[in-house]
Parts: sequence; structure tokens; C-alpha cells
Amino acid sequence: MSDRDRGQAEGRREEETEDQSTKAVETDTDLDALDDLLDEIDEVLEENAEEFVKNYVQKGGQ
Amino acid sequence: MAIHKVLGTETEYGIVVRGDPGFNPAVASSLVVNSYPGERVKVQWSYEEESPGRDARGFGHDTYGLIDPEGAVVNSVLANGARLYVDHAHPEYSAPESYDPLEAALYDKAGEVVMHRASMAASESAGRQISLYKNNSDGKGNSYGAHENYLLSRETPFGDVIRYAMTFMVTRQVFTGAGKVGKENDRADVDFQITQRADFFEEEVGLETTLKRPIVNTRDEPHGDPSAYRRLHVIIGDATLSEYQTFLKMGATALMLAALEDGAIPDPLDLFDPVEACWQVSHDLALRKPLELDGGGIATALELQGRYLEWLSKYVEKEMDDPVWDQVIAEWERTLQRLETDPDSLSDTLDWVAKKRMLEGYVQRDGLQWTNNKLRALDLQYHDVDPDRGLYNRLASRGSMRRLFTDEQIVDAVTNPPTRTRAYFRGRCVSEFAGSLVAANWDSLVFDIGEAHLKRVPMMEPLRGDISLVGELLDEAEDAADLLRRLES
Repeated sequence: MSDRDRGQAEGRREEETEDQSTKAVETDTDLDALDDLLDEIDEVLEENAEEFVKNYVQKGGQ
Repeated sequence: MAIHKVLGTETEYGIVVRGDPGFNPAVASSLVVNSYPGERVKVQWSYEEESPGRDARGFGHDTYGLIDPEGAVVNSVLANGARLYVDHAHPEYSAPESYDPLEAALYDKAGEVVMHRASMAASESAGRQISLYKNNSDGKGNSYGAHENYLLSRETPFGDVIRYAMTFMVTRQVFTGAGKVGKENDRADVDFQITQRADFFEEEVGLETTLKRPIVNTRDEPHGDPSAYRRLHVIIGDATLSEYQTFLKMGATALMLAALEDGAIPDPLDLFDPVEACWQVSHDLALRKPLELDGGGIATALELQGRYLEWLSKYVEKEMDDPVWDQVIAEWERTLQRLETDPDSLSDTLDWVAKKRMLEGYVQRDGLQWTNNKLRALDLQYHDVDPDRGLYNRLASRGSMRRLFTDEQIVDAVTNPPTRTRAYFRGRCVSEFAGSLVAANWDSLVFDIGEAHLKRVPMMEPLRGDISLVGELLDEAEDAADLLRRLES
């Protein structure tokens, strides 16, 4: 491997490390966003899931 | 060079009347269609040119006139060129013929607005809330369709379409699925799967659409000049809410079919058992299941899709000038790459990933079992067309889904037809000459201009009747009689 190649390879490794750390941060944000999302959905969710699912019957489709 | 891929979707919506579990779905669907408050003409849908019982393989039974008995009663053509009607026991929106996959995705979304408006008006007149769902399964073994249509040349041997499209249709499920809790139809147990529809497919090839559903449907009903065209009626797909997903689904499929017609698909990549593979792909959330190839060897759905992408990238480079196809390739590449390395990162692009992420959140937060009805309720509610109750709509409005269109563009597409296909002529006639329009079909309009005979305008060419051909004529025509005079001269 030439020096130039090695330099590129190392550069790539650094990029990868950086990507992973960014990703870890994103994942935390993702979890917060997911919590928010679930809280929002809780408010509009069908009140009686059992009944709703039971009555959801769709016959005669293609 | 393959003929232009005019394309469009047709979707049967799930229907529920709140507080009345014993409701008659055909009656409720009729009420929905009849209540639609937007611009439209209630017409007699003329079946003269329709033949859903005709088989592309050249044989089969003709169910002419019997396949859609409700359709004759409740039928309308909208100002955007779409058809809104009752098919079997569901309200159905058949989008107008579109020029490219971007437009097809837009008019598919416009259908959700149409259905929402219709359900609001129907709820008011029924005194009960009627909810509509853009999904394909009730979770109890009943499925209803989201079909796609693509224009093909009559010269393409249908045997080639069957052979070369089969594996593509089975493996594209990784990006066409809308996601579903559990299994149906006695398939293997699973907590969650990629598609709504896979469990219902039982044959490789066939004419049926309501039982023993085939991966490649052979209905030969071109809705155009039968000596020049076929229409490939694709029934193996989910109704998708994600704009990018509908665009990718239709774009990749249209490209595949164009390349197939041009002989640019070098290998059919035959699967040993396509039907089994269809279920396997849908049930494999890890996207790692090796599928058996005919004649030996194995490959995953992603690997097989990678082959198509490779061939079609070259095809687009060589044959396709319109940049929309580069966009299809870019989106396809991005999606396959992410499905390979980090599928969860597509929760803003693919319905099945978005739904899975949300459901897994509930499983973890509330310690739910996957058989819990709360998860099934969430699954159904994802597809509710109501902007407040529908969970896809909630995701989209909080910016969690990538969008291709603005809300304004979608609303605009409810009343304005595509401009580059014959849907333009149909839609404008609905807007401007509604009082004289008595019957319609995809390939004709029938006018009553007060003479002894009705006047039929044939539209056998899907690309004729676009804005460049009839725009000026429609602008200038004073009434329907004047329009017909100008068309004749």
C-alpha cells in the first residue's frame, strides 16, 4: 500500500468513526422523537382497541 | 424502443360505520361514493369496451357484465379524470392515466383526499361516522386490492411478461409493502410482516383477482386499441401512503416493463417456487432469507433486486432522456442500499418500516405482546384517511415522512387532470360539459346534445386527448355540441 493509499484509508477510517458518533447522537434523538410520537398517537388512538379490531371486517374485495 | 409507459393505480378502500358493526358494506360504500361533494358527473359506466374476463393467454371464461354489478348503479367520473365507484363491497378510486410515476404517485394521493371528503359528507348524511382505510387486509383473512396498471405493447409476447416479471414482482415486495401485524390464510406464524397482501397469493399466473390470487394477473382488458396495446394489471402490491414509496413502486415497475419489452433484461432469474418465495420475502424482516432459484443456487430478494437495478441503470442511461427515470434509479439505489445496511433508517420512506418502528415503540414502552389487539388497532389506524386520526397522516404532518408533494399540489390534483394523457380530455369535459355527459369509460365518452342519437367520442389512444391536442379546442368550445363539432372538423 502506498503512503497515499494509506492516507486515504486512514482518512476513510476517521470518517467512519465520525459517522458512527454522529449516528449515536441521531439514535438518541430518534428515541426522543419516537417517545414524542407515541405520546401524540396515544391521544388519537382508538379508545376501544378490542372492539375496533373485532368489528373491522372487510368481505368481498379483489 | 418500448412504448411510453402510461400508468395508474386503482384502490379499494376499507370501510367502517362506527357504532354499527352489522352495516352493509355495499350500501355504505354506495353512500360514500354518492355523497362525494367535489366536481364530478354521475354517469352510466358503459361496459362495451370492458372485458375483465378476457385472458391475455388467449383463453378463459368471459364474465362480461357480471363482474361488477354494483358499478352500474354508483359510478362517477371526477374532474381530475379519475373514476370513483363501488367495486364489490368497497368504495374504489381509480386514478386517471398518468404520464410518469411522479404524476401517478400524485394522483394516487389525490384519491385519499377524495375518499376523505366523501367519507365526511357520507358521515353527515348517515348521522354516523364512516371511516375509510387505504389498506388491503382486515387481519381476518379478507383482502381487497390496490392494483397498478401499465401500458404494454400488444407485440410483446405475454409469455415473456409472465416469465420476466415474476421474480421482479416477488422481490420488489421489500419496498412495496405497507406492513402488517401477524399472518393470515394459514401461513407461518409471524409477529409482523413486510406486506399486507403476500399471504393471499396462491398461484403464479391466472385470471382471478378475488380468490387464488396470482402473482401475474392475465386480465386482458387494454382500455385502448386492442390491436396496439395491452394493460398489465398488477395485483400483487400494497396500497401505499408514503409518496416516495408509491413513486418508487411504480417507477421501478414501469422501467422493468419497458426494459423487458426492449429485451434489455438478460436473465429471467427464475425462482424455484415463486409463490412460496412471495410469502418468504414478506415474512423476512431481516431481509436475509435465501430464495431457491430454478436450476440451482440461491439469492436473497435484495440481491435479486440489485441485479434488476444494475440492468435498469444501464437501460436508463442508454434509452431514457426524461430525468424522472434518473430519479427513480437514485431512489431505488438508496432504498436497496439502506435495506441492506440499515433498514430502520427508511422509517421516513417506506410504510412498512414506519409502521414497524411505531409498533416496536409500543411493544417496548408498554410491554405488549405482538398478539395484543392494541397493535392490530394501530396497524389499521395507520391507514385511516382522516388527517387527524390516520397515523400515517400524523407522521407526515409532524415531518416524519419524506414528501414529494405539498398538500396544495395534492388538493390541486383532486380537481385538475393530468395534462399529458387522455385523462385531460375526460377531466375537462367533466368540469365543463357535465350536463351533457351521460356515459363514460376509460376509452370513450358519450354525450347527449339533444339530438336523436347520443354521440360517442372514442379515446382508444391513451396519449391522445392531452393538453397540446385538445387544450385550445376545450378553451374555445361554447358547449358540448360546439365541442363535438370542433372535434369532427
